[in-house]
Amino acid sequence: MYAFDIERPTSLADAKALLAGEAQALGGGQTLIPTLKQRLADPGTLVCLSGIAEMKGVTSGPDGVAIGGGTTHAEAAEGLKDAIPGLAYLASRIGDPAVRNRGTIGGSLANDDPSACWPAGALGLGATIVTDAREIAADDFFQGMFTTALEDGEIVTAVRFPVPEASAYSKMIQPASRFPLVAAFVARFPDGVRVAITGASEDGVFRWREAEGALSADFSPEVVTGQPEGPMIADLHGTADYRRHLCAVMTRRAVRAALDGTGGLSSAGA
Amino acid sequence: MPKDTGIGASTKRREDVRFLTGKGRYTDDIDVRGQAHVVFLRSDVAHARIGGIDTSEAEAMPGVIRVFTGRDFEGVGGLPCGWQITDRHGQPMQEPAHPVLAQGKVRHVGDPIAAVVAETRQQARDAAEAIMPDLEELPAVIDMKAALAEDAPKVHDDLTSNLCYDWGFVEENKAATDEAFAEAAHVTTLELVNNRLIANPMEPRVAVGDFNAATGDHTLYTTSQNPHVIRLLMGAFVLGIPEHKLRVVAPDVGGGFGTKIFHYAEEAFCTFAAKALGRPVKWTSSRSEAFMSDAHGRDHVTKIELALDAQNNFTALRTETYANMGAYLSTFAPSVPTWLHGTLMAGNYRTPLVYVNVKAVFTNTVPVDAYRGAGRPEATFQLERVIDLAARELGVDPIALRRQNFITEFPYQTPVAVEYDTGDYEGTMKVLEEKADLAGFAARRKESEAKGKMRGLGVNCYIEACGIAPSKLVGQLGARAGLYESATVRVNATGGITVMTGSHSHGQGHETSFAQVVADMIGLPEDMVEIEHGDTANTPMGMGTYGSRSLAVGGSAMVRATEKIVAKAKKIAAHLMEASEGDIELKDGTFTVAGTDKEVAWGDVTLAAYVPHNYPLEEIEPGLEETAFYDPNNFTYPAGAYACEVEVDPETGQVTVERFTAADDFGNVVNPMIVEGQVHGGLAQGIGQALLESCAYDEEGQLLSASYMDYAMPRAHDLPMFTVDSSSRTPCTHNPLGVKGCGEAGAIGSPPSVVNAVIDALHSGGHRVGHIDMPLTPARVWAAMNGAVPNMGAAQPAARTDATTEARSVGGPATRT
Amino acid sequence: MPQVSMTVNGRAVSGEVEGRTLLVEFLREGLRLTGTHVGCDTSQCGACAVHVDGKLVKACTAFAAELDGAEVTTIEGMAGADGSLSAVQQAFQDYHGLQCGFCTPGMVMAGAALLEENPRPSEADVRQYLEGNICRCTGYHNIVKAIMAASGQEVEPVAAE
Repeated sequence: MYAFDIERPTSLADAKALLAGEAQALGGGQTLIPTLKQRLADPGTLVCLSGIAEMKGVTSGPDGVAIGGGTTHAEAAEGLKDAIPGLAYLASRIGDPAVRNRGTIGGSLANDDPSACWPAGALGLGATIVTDAREIAADDFFQGMFTTALEDGEIVTAVRFPVPEASAYSKMIQPASRFPLVAAFVARFPDGVRVAITGASEDGVFRWREAEGALSADFSPEVVTGQPEGPMIADLHGTADYRRHLCAVMTRRAVRAALDGTGGLSSAGA
Repeated sequence: MPKDTGIGASTKRREDVRFLTGKGRYTDDIDVRGQAHVVFLRSDVAHARIGGIDTSEAEAMPGVIRVFTGRDFEGVGGLPCGWQITDRHGQPMQEPAHPVLAQGKVRHVGDPIAAVVAETRQQARDAAEAIMPDLEELPAVIDMKAALAEDAPKVHDDLTSNLCYDWGFVEENKAATDEAFAEAAHVTTLELVNNRLIANPMEPRVAVGDFNAATGDHTLYTTSQNPHVIRLLMGAFVLGIPEHKLRVVAPDVGGGFGTKIFHYAEEAFCTFAAKALGRPVKWTSSRSEAFMSDAHGRDHVTKIELALDAQNNFTALRTETYANMGAYLSTFAPSVPTWLHGTLMAGNYRTPLVYVNVKAVFTNTVPVDAYRGAGRPEATFQLERVIDLAARELGVDPIALRRQNFITEFPYQTPVAVEYDTGDYEGTMKVLEEKADLAGFAARRKESEAKGKMRGLGVNCYIEACGIAPSKLVGQLGARAGLYESATVRVNATGGITVMTGSHSHGQGHETSFAQVVADMIGLPEDMVEIEHGDTANTPMGMGTYGSRSLAVGGSAMVRATEKIVAKAKKIAAHLMEASEGDIELKDGTFTVAGTDKEVAWGDVTLAAYVPHNYPLEEIEPGLEETAFYDPNNFTYPAGAYACEVEVDPETGQVTVERFTAADDFGNVVNPMIVEGQVHGGLAQGIGQALLESCAYDEEGQLLSASYMDYAMPRAHDLPMFTVDSSSRTPCTHNPLGVKGCGEAGAIGSPPSVVNAVIDALHSGGHRVGHIDMPLTPARVWAAMNGAVPNMGAAQPAARTDATTEARSVGGPATRT
Repeated sequence: MPQVSMTVNGRAVSGEVEGRTLLVEFLREGLRLTGTHVGCDTSQCGACAVHVDGKLVKACTAFAAELDGAEVTTIEGMAGADGSLSAVQQAFQDYHGLQCGFCTPGMVMAGAALLEENPRPSEADVRQYLEGNICRCTGYHNIVKAIMAASGQEVEPVAAE
């Protein structure tokens, strides 16, 4: 790692002031720290957000569930269990237990890795991303691989999720990195169904509108046919064709899990 | 009643307590007072000419002590190769120089260009980034077949081509083999890849060099499976340090699997620099660095043909293999695709004619050398795959076809030079059938089908040659070292015993199992025996741990030394009891005189040896310490039969291993618990090779699977509970313990049964797929189900893409900021 | 340079660290607690796992400076004051859940964290919980057995003659 200073603000206001310069925010660090180790970033100053109490916790209200940006995946999984089991499942299977104890929802959304789990949950549920400056609809927030609507220094302070009638997450795990190879989040609302796919597209997380249309008319796995358009990621672990194929498979499985109320499923070995 | 002590007991491991409490002492835990740290600048391109290296900026940076380049090692020996192969035409292999730091050219990503020694590791790394090498990039050769083309760029300009050797075995059998193929009733042909792997012991390599200017003594602490071998190779061939002035210590070592056998540049560098700078110098590899500097394993591309007569008897076998050496010859690299591979091609079968051709090829990749099994997994995989394919083509039961061709009489002289001393292949197959409940497979398949999954059963046999090795024989085959082992048994005055062995333990539990043997021979509690290893200063010359040799060879040396101890102790006891030596018996740590009630305790005899007041000094020396060297007169031949059951998800191609059963014949067993553990670990690595692990390069020679983001290590939920059984036993006939070795079996025996099972599953679902190259990732299986030919028979580059998860996910955020 | 104070294995410790000092470096180099191992640099192998405020954390993926005031337990803090092994440690020895010992500290810390969360895990629970810990020696078979045995559940006895 290159040398840097580390700041540990305890209030959002202090964090914001510290981030006004060239500093970079540090959430749980589960992606940023490995990146720093490889000397692929040279931030000068890191502003550690983990000491800010006002950015932590899960609260349920009539409008849905709000999760503080500094809430870890594990805390979110626990807090979401009753309100949105599909999203709780998603959070409970990010990375591994140690990653879930440090990594945060805000950090994950701000990073917007094209294979991350939270973006699928946020986009699939039509969440609202709350920052220190404004509120951004998920549909406007994700703007391509590692690209979001956030301005420099803008902090994700909370994420508000509407509560769906049913939802579930299905992911095929890339066995080395533990990121999804492809995963689908499906949520059914009274006014329609949303389907978000992560891991597949070169444009990052996306809504699969054709599947949404079919599922809004008939929420059953069989109606998910065809494949999404657009450029797909191809790497060591799967061709573009394979990923395109998996979009439908994962979506069908998520629908089935939503109907069964199991929250979701992941590919695993034995 | 299970045995609770000595040979045959599942004694709990004594080494566990220190590992479980954080008190192990691994090389990275060693800090020598005053040490400096080295960081290597490694090539990020596969092939380039070095114009010049500007180190001036780096030298001026904070904390930097000195920057070394290849120029500092002119006149210093290169890393030696320990095995010379003679080719089909009687010519020696081409053997390039392997400098400690690159000279003239870099030849693979990771080749060290320069080394920065600084006060701290961070300072060294900061400065390494400031070095400006002038690299004129050259076209790289990655694909082995392309590397042998007439106009291919040469990895080594001073060699005539990229061909290291073209080996034929047994060359005299070639014509007869070809003739048998011409007359065959059926010929099955299969082209396949044995995927390149990275051993990945969890402890990355570390080296600490130290030099005492006052005495001229060098010390190297290193993560090695064989400290004596490092002392010999580095002392004699690289740095010119006589062995009595060089101590090599390999303390607790966090796994080896072959990749810590070899002598590496970093060891020589730290030893050299410690003297040059008058400071201890430490190097700790990061995992990313390990991926491009630890020797890799496997990487064969093979065409295998099996000839059968009208009754389905195997009549001949013919193979052509391209074996990747990488950019330089690692310590034992040339022996792996030849003597550790060709000699096993008969397998468990009576095939009368075998011809093996191996072309070893230099490419711009990390050197390839022995990895758990080394040559034998490659032999087993191709043989057991082609037999399965033959059974499918002929419409016969794959187990019956194997049985029909089993070797049943021993000793058995194979057509590929080795003589199997003993075995019972029908015996292990019967155990397998029972333990794996093969009779219940059809019902289990129905259950899987009801869940929408395809289920397959794969079975294979294996044989390996272990207990490496008879020195005289391997000398004739080109080995530049002997392969004996040694032990010193030191009995202390109060009766406790210290055994010093050249075998190194890095997970195998020698400290426990070796003590069981010695304690058993004398009849003492095991805790009266201590095992010391890993330090050339206090152990006799030994060759180390690899090739499943520790108990068969090192244990035999220990038995021989203990026999000498017992013989001498009996003389002392006879004197003490005024009896005839021939009447003395030793049981449960007590000497008795046959036919009398006279007895004397072990401790009284050992005390007499060191306090020789009443002692036959005119006949024997005082003291009780003996050394033995043991050189085996044959290899050992563990063998067995394995069965794998998989489910394949027809929608995703995901393979899950539902059941895995191993029936092994290891001869006698000293500690059944440890033996089972060794098999479990081998199975995980073999299943990992079959389903998960792939070391892939792109066409420019960039290593794609360069971290755990892209190199898939088997994890707990990738594997089932295993059923392992080693009750079928034909003890080795030529070593005193009757043991054969168990360390590599699981890794050798498991890949074919996994692949056989997946192919069987696909056929059950109507997919007539002949073969899929490892690893059988979901994407490859899905492609095969859908008519694609995923990478089948293709040489490197293994990958058809240059994209990785690491580059995307770890590199991603940085590209934004 | 930031000053950090924490409790490590019940002992109050403090020291100056750089911003970039990882928890694992603070433990190994600062406190000479070398039982916590570094097996990778991409936060995947889990050899460095410790407990921070009772939760499993990879010590290679947290900065020491972030953990001011934290309670940290490492492998050195798992045995009793009299040297008696904890239930998880003892089960690892009893069921041969380790070979080379390098991943073992992380495995023990993960196993102990799991049993805190789930006192009677199924085999599948154990395997899933270990998804962030790589072992290259054991094939996991005996690690899984050891953790289940430590939870008080019946497991197959070790092989015997």
